[in-house]
Amino acid sequence: MTLYYLKLAMIGIRGNPAQAALMVIAIALGVGVCMSIGAVNYLMGKNPIPHKSDQLFYVQLDNWDPNHPFNTNEPPDQVTWRDADALMSAKRGYRQTKNTRYSMVVRPDDPEIRPFQVNARGNTTDFFDMFETPFLYGSGWPSESERGRFDADLVVVLSRETNERIFGGVNSLGRDIRLGEHLFRVVGVLDEWNPVPKFYDLTNNPFGDAEDLYFPVDLPYQISSSLQRTGNTNCWKGAPGGFRGFLGSECIWLQYWVELRNDQERDEYMQFLNDYVAEQRENGRFQRPTDNRLSNVGEWLDKQRVVEPGAQMMLAVALMFLAVCLLNTVGLLLSKFLGKAPEVGVRRALGASRRTLLYQYLIETSLVGVTGGILGLLMTWLGLEAMMAIFGSEAANLMKLDSTMVVATVVLALISSIAAGLYPTWRACNISPASQLRSQ
Amino acid sequence: MLAMTNISRIFRTDLVETHALRDLTLTISEGDFTAVAGPSGSGKTTFLNIAGLLEPFDGGTYRLDGEDVATLNDNQRSRLRNEKIGFIFQGFNLIPDLNIFDNVDVPLRYRRFNAAERKRRIETQLERVGLTGRIKHLPAQLSGGQQQRVAIARALAGEPRFLLADEPTGNLDSETAAGVLSLLHELHESGTTIVMVTHDAGLPAEAQAIIRLQDGHVVGDHS
Repeated sequence: MTLYYLKLAMIGIRGNPAQAALMVIAIALGVGVCMSIGAVNYLMGKNPIPHKSDQLFYVQLDNWDPNHPFNTNEPPDQVTWRDADALMSAKRGYRQTKNTRYSMVVRPDDPEIRPFQVNARGNTTDFFDMFETPFLYGSGWPSESERGRFDADLVVVLSRETNERIFGGVNSLGRDIRLGEHLFRVVGVLDEWNPVPKFYDLTNNPFGDAEDLYFPVDLPYQISSSLQRTGNTNCWKGAPGGFRGFLGSECIWLQYWVELRNDQERDEYMQFLNDYVAEQRENGRFQRPTDNRLSNVGEWLDKQRVVEPGAQMMLAVALMFLAVCLLNTVGLLLSKFLGKAPEVGVRRALGASRRTLLYQYLIETSLVGVTGGILGLLMTWLGLEAMMAIFGSEAANLMKLDSTMVVATVVLALISSIAAGLYPTWRACNISPASQLRSQ
Repeated sequence: MLAMTNISRIFRTDLVETHALRDLTLTISEGDFTAVAGPSGSGKTTFLNIAGLLEPFDGGTYRLDGEDVATLNDNQRSRLRNEKIGFIFQGFNLIPDLNIFDNVDVPLRYRRFNAAERKRRIETQLERVGLTGRIKHLPAQLSGGQQQRVAIARALAGEPRFLLADEPTGNLDSETAAGVLSLLHELHESGTTIVMVTHDAGLPAEAQAIIRLQDGHVVGDHS
């Protein structure tokens, strides 16, 4: 019967194409506006590593000014080099990584390729396993490469894009690239990897692209001191003594993540942090009340307010707009179905039950809804393009329609049209057939 | 086959209460051709709608083929209507967006016959009413007489035991009306039970029984 009802729906639409077009446009507009804003909200708040987000914890320690908190309710959002170094050395988590962002200049050997600037991440090798970065070639560097700041290997992992740019996309393992004045050996090439939001570093544009290359953050002093850090650095007191002084200072500039597989490991790690802070306090540091935090990925995204309150308000407005469009559709459907009252009467006389007619007209509204959904996809795409034009390419990662959003758009249109069609359909099906047959 | 006992039907508004039928009691047997006559407002159409399970009643008992229809839910009443009753209306009541073939197909769809069976029945009935060559036409492309013949084909396609006709010739000229009555006569001859509502002047000669209604009462019953 469904095919028969689809045929009837097509006939019904052909019978009054202008009315059908109005309904489709109303649904498409409502869904388009809603989904283009919803897409941004969805990508803002999306958990980029859902299967593991409960095992990855962002570490916060309160080393801040005893007289002025870093934030009213939160300890500092990054850690110092000395704390990160100490936590790394202790290796008390299943995996752990300290990392931060740099800007570097790549000087390709090929004279045809001009030097170019890249965003780089200095990290430790667990970064790759913890965040499950996919590798096209090779892997992360061995932990032996992180022998410390005096004797580190100069190795690098390239993003797929960077490998294509420098080596034309071929397997470049073992090849050297010149970063600044130093040669780094390629040990790995990542496949496409661009988590949105960039959860592992929310202190820089959380919706920006992943880095172009990755290298061990523990480099010899003469190299690391010459690198240009582009992450946030906050200090509450001076850091005299040059670069070495900076590394030993209370300035915060690194993100520290730890992988803990269960509650027991989490509790043990928290105890370890408390012990560490207590020990540091005895040495004159950490004079504020102990406030160590371990936040999993979801909690960290919430704390960092990745979803802007303004965006949520926009979504609410968009939902209201959808409601207005649906009310229009309700009106149009009401007029359409009440216009079909004589036909309802005839069909009832010929053996259609109320349920049968309800199903028939819901198929018709669903057809309108799916058509509205497809047009709504186009509207959504146009909406995202318009927002990209307004907000610029920095937010380009947010202005995308992934497969989930495509399906969600059509489903929203379908649900909306059915919701809009329920009352008119119910009214039509409850028309007294006798009165309709009598009035003709 | 059709037995109504003390059927009453009251239409109420805020100001007025109208008794369309009052204690109506009648029986129509299988194979009868019964005419229900009466002036306008006598309750003929209300009777027909109740007989066709299109309208509820406020009191009394109605048994169709022995089944007490008051106990049936909407689905059961719809199935009974679809399987046992055929309707012919004064205004034809064809669905304007559907062609002739699809109009006759409507009750068969609800009966869930397969495509081949539906096609066979539609073609048989359209041939019977002489409209085989018009199956792709829309109702608006046919004359009044042709439309009524389509309505008859539609009513007969499901091979109902009961044919309820509400002034089927009311909108037709006398020549076409005679053709339709002759078709109904033919159907009766072939064993279909027919109940035809008509005004006094349009009583068919074929009717074996005439029930006269006035103010919702049976005032005369002639066999």
